[in-house]
Amino acid sequence: MNLGIPSYLGSFTELLVDHLVMALGASLLGLVVALPLGLLCVRRPRWYPPVLACASVLYSIPSLAFFVLLIAFTGISRTTVVIPLAVYTLAVLIPNVVDGLRAVPESVRQSATAMGYSPARRLLTVDLPIALPTVLAGLRVATVANISMVSVGALIGMGAFGSLFTAAVQLDRLGLAVTGIVVTVVMALVVDAALLGVQWLATPWLRRTRGRTRTRSGRA
Amino acid sequence: MNTLLHYLGEYFGTSANWSGPGGIPTRLREHFGYTLLALGLAFVIAFPLGLWTGHTGRGGAVVTLIANSARALPTYGLLVLLVVLSGIGLVPVLIPLLALAIPPILLNTYEGIRGVDPALTDAARGMGMTRRQVLFEAQLPVALPLILVGTQTAAVQIVATATIAAAVSFGGVGRPIVDGLARNDYTLVVGGAALAAVCSLLVLAIFAGLRRLLVSPGLR
Repeated sequence: MNLGIPSYLGSFTELLVDHLVMALGASLLGLVVALPLGLLCVRRPRWYPPVLACASVLYSIPSLAFFVLLIAFTGISRTTVVIPLAVYTLAVLIPNVVDGLRAVPESVRQSATAMGYSPARRLLTVDLPIALPTVLAGLRVATVANISMVSVGALIGMGAFGSLFTAAVQLDRLGLAVTGIVVTVVMALVVDAALLGVQWLATPWLRRTRGRTRTRSGRA
Repeated sequence: MNTLLHYLGEYFGTSANWSGPGGIPTRLREHFGYTLLALGLAFVIAFPLGLWTGHTGRGGAVVTLIANSARALPTYGLLVLLVVLSGIGLVPVLIPLLALAIPPILLNTYEGIRGVDPALTDAARGMGMTRRQVLFEAQLPVALPLILVGTQTAAVQIVATATIAAAVSFGGVGRPIVDGLARNDYTLVVGGAALAAVCSLLVLAIFAGLRRLLVSPGLR
């Protein structure tokens, strides 16, 4: 299966692996940083506004500008694409982590403490599971955006399926652009569904009482 | 870091970069021109639709679906597709910009109006306000902060995407980035990236000002 992709760009599988490694790597990195930062903002509410302000400033930097400024530090590599996307993920996730943790009912927290849970155990086995749907809602938004934004990396030669778009202009082949768009959208849908599946598996207590989580709007 | 500062000094310190068709003022003017045009058009389309769907509560599922699927679309791919389809020009670039800017304004206007406390709406109606008055004098002011956030997201997206549009022979601050990458002239690349970052920070500042000016003090 190569969908008419010119061989010099690599095989379909290579591009797919490359694309997913960069997009999902950025999501994972963003999540790993957002959790402790969000926790900090819940524990020290005074830190929340400045952290949020920093996040929204970083979030507003155009991806292409972010990529090329990083070339000076990380060269033309996957890392150069992953870091900006991880930062955008972080900006989307922090409010969700904070909202999710704040939504843990005080009575639940006190029950856990009364049952002799240590603060760390309570965080891992009570607070985080309750916050999970809100955090995952943000992660889905960010991951879908990451998958579509990896393509911009093609402008610095690291775009995975984005290189199809560059080739479409150079070779004047409309089909390549269409293939690239369709493949990207399908990837986004599949990964989104997979994350929804993760949430379903991880929150068995929500299955009977249909819980709805609110999503925030993302960026491109 | 030092190399970056060196390139910045070189780009902004060269007087030739401050005049002519490729000069910094021209590039900034072009970029803000495109941004204003696209944002204005997107607002004129999305805002009334959001008001209507939010006020009547009809079409909410469609609004959410549009907003979610728009996030999965790769902007670079969309730009390339339209340029390969219809040649270089303002319209092929405006369409992807609108496709990106409409969903956040639409979704946030819808959610903002929808989310107004029903008690407030009832009170406004009880005071004898007409439907129009309820919408514009009670619901809209309360929803305004969220609508401004959506419009800011849209503006940030437009600034970022208009930067990428340079890859398909467009002007604006992306031009020096793309030209510099093609010629291995890192001074141009870094200079353009700095201009792009300045544009996005200006957008944030403008929206911070708008919030201060438009949002009722009781809501801040």
